[in-house]
Amino acid sequence: MNVIDVTNLTKSFGSFTAVDHISFNVGEGELFGFLGANGAGKTTAMRMLCGLSAPTSGEARVAGFDVYKETEKIKQHIGYMSQKFSLYGDLKVWENIRLYGGIYGLSGKKLKEKTDELLHVLDLEGERNTLVDSLPLGWKQKLAFSVAIIHDPRIVFLDEPTGGVDPVTRRQFWELIYQAAERGITVFVTTHYMDEAEYCNRVSIMVDGKIEALDSPAALKASFNTDNMNDVFHALARKAKRGE
Amino acid sequence: MTYSMLWHVKQKEESKSMKQFVSFVRKEFYHIFRDMRTMMILLGIPVILIIIFGYAITTEIRSVPVAVLDQSRTDITRKLVDRISASEYFNLYKMVDNMEEAQQLFRRNKVRLVIVFPVDFATSNDASIQLLADATDPNEATQITAYMSQLIMDNGNFSIANGTSDSRFSVSGSRLVPVVHLLYNPLMKGAYNFVPGVMGLILILICSMMTSVGIVKEKEMGTMEVLLVSPMKPAYIVIAKAIPYLLLSMVNIVTILVIAYFLLDVPIAGSLTLLVFISILYAFVALCLGLLVSTMADTQKSAMLVCVMVLMLPVILLSGMVFPIENMPVVLQWLSNIVPAKWYIIAVKDVMIKGLGIGSVLPEIAILTVMVAFLMLLSVKRFKIRL
Amino acid sequence: MKTLRYLLEKEFKQIRRDRFLPRIIFLVPLMQLIILPFAANFEMRNIYLSIVDNDHSVISQQLTDKVLSSGYFQLTDVSPEYNQALASIESNRADIILEIPAGTEKQLGKEGYAEVLIAANAVNGTKGGMGSSYLSSIIQDFNREKGFDSGMSLSGICSTNLFNPHLDYKNFMVPGILAFLMTIIGGFLSALNVVGEKEKGTIEQINVTPVPKSVFLLSKLIPFWIIGLILLTVGTFIAWLVYGLVPIGNLGIIYLFAAAYLIAFTGFGLAISSVSSTQQQAMFTAFFFFIIFILLSGLFTPISSMPEWAQNLTLFNPLRYFVEVMRMVYMKGSTLADLSVHFGVICFFAIAFNILAVVGYRKSN
Repeated sequence: MNVIDVTNLTKSFGSFTAVDHISFNVGEGELFGFLGANGAGKTTAMRMLCGLSAPTSGEARVAGFDVYKETEKIKQHIGYMSQKFSLYGDLKVWENIRLYGGIYGLSGKKLKEKTDELLHVLDLEGERNTLVDSLPLGWKQKLAFSVAIIHDPRIVFLDEPTGGVDPVTRRQFWELIYQAAERGITVFVTTHYMDEAEYCNRVSIMVDGKIEALDSPAALKASFNTDNMNDVFHALARKAKRGE
Repeated sequence: MTYSMLWHVKQKEESKSMKQFVSFVRKEFYHIFRDMRTMMILLGIPVILIIIFGYAITTEIRSVPVAVLDQSRTDITRKLVDRISASEYFNLYKMVDNMEEAQQLFRRNKVRLVIVFPVDFATSNDASIQLLADATDPNEATQITAYMSQLIMDNGNFSIANGTSDSRFSVSGSRLVPVVHLLYNPLMKGAYNFVPGVMGLILILICSMMTSVGIVKEKEMGTMEVLLVSPMKPAYIVIAKAIPYLLLSMVNIVTILVIAYFLLDVPIAGSLTLLVFISILYAFVALCLGLLVSTMADTQKSAMLVCVMVLMLPVILLSGMVFPIENMPVVLQWLSNIVPAKWYIIAVKDVMIKGLGIGSVLPEIAILTVMVAFLMLLSVKRFKIRL
Repeated sequence: MKTLRYLLEKEFKQIRRDRFLPRIIFLVPLMQLIILPFAANFEMRNIYLSIVDNDHSVISQQLTDKVLSSGYFQLTDVSPEYNQALASIESNRADIILEIPAGTEKQLGKEGYAEVLIAANAVNGTKGGMGSSYLSSIIQDFNREKGFDSGMSLSGICSTNLFNPHLDYKNFMVPGILAFLMTIIGGFLSALNVVGEKEKGTIEQINVTPVPKSVFLLSKLIPFWIIGLILLTVGTFIAWLVYGLVPIGNLGIIYLFAAAYLIAFTGFGLAISSVSSTQQQAMFTAFFFFIIFILLSGLFTPISSMPEWAQNLTLFNPLRYFVEVMRMVYMKGSTLADLSVHFGVICFFAIAFNILAVVGYRKSN
């Protein structure tokens, strides 16, 4: 069963077409990599699927709901983590967890349990009362991810979640992603790192607003006659006309 | 390397940093021009202020709603009431039947004055008209009462019923007569007073508020750090930020002067060059104030609040723009001396309206110069420590 | 509704943690309340007077004494000639000149009539006008005292000043300033709030949650509403402590109106915030409207003195109604029945502005 169905989805800003008739689908429980150079239109496409941006044309259903009319219903079933850190820096770690838990309808004892569990998994028990602004970036990102899936959504959208994070933390972050996937959460992730693309079940590569390739990493490598995703990416991205 | 070569390299480096500087100024202009709405507002505020101050803000008495309680009900009082309602100063809101009704009109803010004619008004020479004024606003009440008294006296040459002439309102006898000359502003136009005030306000608004908020924003967003590690000297970064606002404020000063001159007939009696010079000097004071605020505030919100509360309100209140400084308690009068706008407004009035030369505004120029120097020193010191 | 609780918790924590905000929210308005009524005063005292006495007579000396004992004037100098006095005005040392020409006393005795000259610096029109009319009326008094003039006494008219018998300007200003403070706190701070989250990016994370727009905005409105009401409480207390001012009418009416007004103005601030993309933009948009609202509210100058177009504009100004209400309840003891129209209008603004805020706030673009 597909949790994301996209057909000819398009977004234009004036004469500029950021996302140009893309079509794809993502199955339940899949770990889907959404690749592309800067400015290829990844973030715009993702924002449309999250209901943050209205499409210009085309169709898309997320968790069975229409991205035009049922955005608020979509939001009940998704988690989202943007490339710009967006938890409240002037709130403490546990206060951020409590806020988003509360927003998604957890309360009382359940909220408390969830907070403790989360802090334990993230190994942030000692930082419970730290203001989020004073956490190192890697920890912030891990916290943001955990908050994004606090309500066990069907799908979680991650927009360059590991940007600017050191390799060790990046590794830990992907462990968290795997854990989420094991729990049955569909993961939709954009990234710049080709080694991360290898972790995905399937990847799509966007160039100038269009999806130029979509398959499992192994199949893509095979069709481009190479043994690493980097070459695949470069072969496709070379065609790009849009600058940075 | 010979000395001349070294010199050459130095020249080259200087021209390079000049180029950097120019490109930096350009970036600041983009920032401002891209936000069309803010631009429109900044250009529009002086126009709106001048129009409101020039046409809407007055304390002159006109069409004041009044009620009349006529207990005597005679031709004389009816005639007088007709005169009152015909006057441009008063509008007859209602004839009331009793005091309760009058009280209610007061409580509902429907009238400002109730005129009571006593029962024996037309028959007795001792009966007097009662004017009940709503003194909530004391100034307005005093003026209204004076105008109404005058109006009644002017129309009071009627004879009472028994045929003897009414001496209650007549004027006679020997006296000293005051002859009043209103210097510089014979028509008592408010414009002469507020145009310099609006100029003082706008320069604070743009130079202090925009600059401080602009710098604090870069601090808040973390982009300031990027700029500070660039080869640009911090002083240049700040100057580059200030230049667009300085230009914008000069555009506003010109707008104000043009509207004031052509629309409100405010003269520019003195030297225009001197006026512009004083304005630029004051703009520097405002810029330094903005800079100082930006070194103290961490968030745009606090920068703005400090600007509004500590810079803007004093300009309105303590500069003599709206309220005369002489009336204030000594503490406030003393406090008003540290408000730069006070000195700027005095200087502008002297040059613009009185047409005085540079000689008469030297003290103000000196004070503003000292302020620039002091604030510059202080904010540069703080800027280095904080950023 | 349960989510509202968590959102409110967040707002209050953020306000409390702000290094600057709590201090400025209370300290500065209170300073304003203490300074403003003293500064915003149109009463004329200490008008600087330069006297040119060319008559050197008993009359001229008596007139000078009379003028100086009135309490309105301070003597700057006694000049031998008019031009010197004019120089005092040019250097801003004097505001007004009283010239008694040579031969005044003689002429008065002979013709029963003599002119004295008043020249006022009218660059500040109000001041020049008031100063010269004070001086004129002192001369009239002088006439009467000296028995020069049998008429001019207003025996046929007696006037009473209701509601403010001592004509204290502070009584007039303080209730107005309370209204002004509510406006600043409710409107300005809320205008920066939502847009601040936009700039920081935190609003994105909220926008992907199913929190309804109205609930999110309500969580922004309520804290300012509470702060506003606390401020009103402190403000009325200060008005009593410093100025001895208590409302003649019902304090409950003031709270009722403040509650509605704060909803209206916070809604206005949120509406501006919703349609702005940067704090700077929100700030100047708010400033633009506020300055119009304040100048056209009757706070400083009477609305009835405005030209008709401006008077019509004030009908769309929520501050105008609130300033009026504060003064009416404080000084005249107006009742709810007297103020029903005002209440209706303020409620209308409250609803309209908040609808504007909800419509203007977009969870997606």
